[in-house]
Amino acid sequence: MSAATNAVGYNFAYLDEATKRMIRRALLKAVAVPGHQVPFGSREMPLPYGWGTGGIQVTAAVIGAEDTLKVIDQGADDTTNAVSIRRFFARVAPGLRTTERTAEATVIQTRHRIPETPLREGQIMVYQVPQPEPLFKLEPRRTETRRLHALGDYGLMQVKLYEDIARHGRVGSSYDHPVMVGGRYLMSPSPIPAFDNPKMHMSPALQLFGAGRECRLYAVPPYTEVRSLDFEDHPFVPLRADAACTLCGARDSYLDEVVTDDRGGRIFVCSDTDFCGARQAMKEAAE
Amino acid sequence: MTDDPILSARGLSLNFGAVRALDDVSLDLWPGEVLAIVGESGSGKSTLLRVLAGEVRPEAGQVLYRDPAGAARDVHAMGEPARRRLARTEWGFVHQDARDGLRMAVSAGGNVGERLMAVGARHYGAIREEAASWLERVEIPRARIDDAPRLFSGGMRQRLQIARTLVTRPRLVFMDEPTGGLDVSVQARLLDMIRALVADLGIAVILVTHDIAAARLLAHRLVVMRHGRAVEEGLTDRVLDDPRHPYTQLLVSSVLAA
Repeated sequence: MSAATNAVGYNFAYLDEATKRMIRRALLKAVAVPGHQVPFGSREMPLPYGWGTGGIQVTAAVIGAEDTLKVIDQGADDTTNAVSIRRFFARVAPGLRTTERTAEATVIQTRHRIPETPLREGQIMVYQVPQPEPLFKLEPRRTETRRLHALGDYGLMQVKLYEDIARHGRVGSSYDHPVMVGGRYLMSPSPIPAFDNPKMHMSPALQLFGAGRECRLYAVPPYTEVRSLDFEDHPFVPLRADAACTLCGARDSYLDEVVTDDRGGRIFVCSDTDFCGARQAMKEAAE
Repeated sequence: MTDDPILSARGLSLNFGAVRALDDVSLDLWPGEVLAIVGESGSGKSTLLRVLAGEVRPEAGQVLYRDPAGAARDVHAMGEPARRRLARTEWGFVHQDARDGLRMAVSAGGNVGERLMAVGARHYGAIREEAASWLERVEIPRARIDDAPRLFSGGMRQRLQIARTLVTRPRLVFMDEPTGGLDVSVQARLLDMIRALVADLGIAVILVTHDIAAARLLAHRLVVMRHGRAVEEGLTDRVLDDPRHPYTQLLVSSVLAA
């Protein structure tokens, strides 16, 4: 990333200090009440809603010049969304280092995935959230969902899981599967695959969630219990394509299906490009 | 029946602007008893039901509910979490329009199972079995357990709503015109079913209706409402066969004999 492209006339990390303070205040509250949605004054950002305005504001509020930022989109570091957000911060936050390596990053902004490499203490995960309300498909009134959260009345969510089993024979959604945080609040894990849900449980990293259009923040502090909802006789099962990665051979990572031709040809590859690349490099070095 | 009423209201008053919706209404309901509140439209009977169920706060007066342990609890002073817990365990509410009481996009099994799950049931097989047996009790074929209520007829929806309400075996059920808007033949079957279930489970019911015939069939006792006042109260047969208040006489004489 060339330093010559630094944007001039902007505060560090784009947002003004008053806005960052407002977001940090909301984040502190979110960390204090794990899984609870905290309203915040979401700002207009130089990218459209749905592209990560919430995540980008959270990242801007927590990042410092000594941080190392990694941005992933569907697990990949090299997709348009990931590249532009990384370049954006490189331009507006002088001194900030960016990386594609999970292990080197201190702040990881993500859309739809949690990296395969286990997170460690001191790292911050920032999730882009399109819809923070886990109950929104079941109860359209915000006033009512707020009341349900306040009363811990989550029978409704269980009804949805019941419907899933009745219709599809198994619990759950393949992504955005609802979780209980700290045994108290029902939370949307953002549209990560259900495969990644167990990684949130007792994670050593701080996990922050930003929903820009919906003006909500929430958080899971390090070492917090995160349980995926299920039934006793239909336990939650993290789903994964039953194949090995064509590039690195991994059998324990989350896979993307890639169509290779118009005659039914397809391969499976790791969705986490950093994880896959590191494994390929290791394999080459061993040969 | 025991000596203590399960629900007792004293001096309930409520005004909507200049309209007196409730004017110093008192009543008692004993366990296992079916009490009908009759009166014409606008007489305040639905408002009374909502005040008794804790959904609307009266301007004056008190509603006391006696819980299984025998303690009297003030319905309007207990706070929302406690009242909601009550509403999904020991109480039930059957609405006139089944769409208010059901989730129309959720399958019949899910609708019946919701109250079970709300009180902590987490075993899918057990919930489904309980839902299926309740569907059979209200004469809905087991095979329709995965159909959504919007595919059901009006009478089936109402029966489904009753199954959904009774699945947690409440002690007290509020019914707001449960037979309203149904064909007479469907009404008759529904009334028959409600009577059998209520007698079977020993539930106390407060039934709001403008249908005197339904009241005679179901209720042990009757309260006649007019302009927000309870003008007459007594055993159903006594009130209907020997009405004392002029308004009750008018009401009873207005019923068409088939």
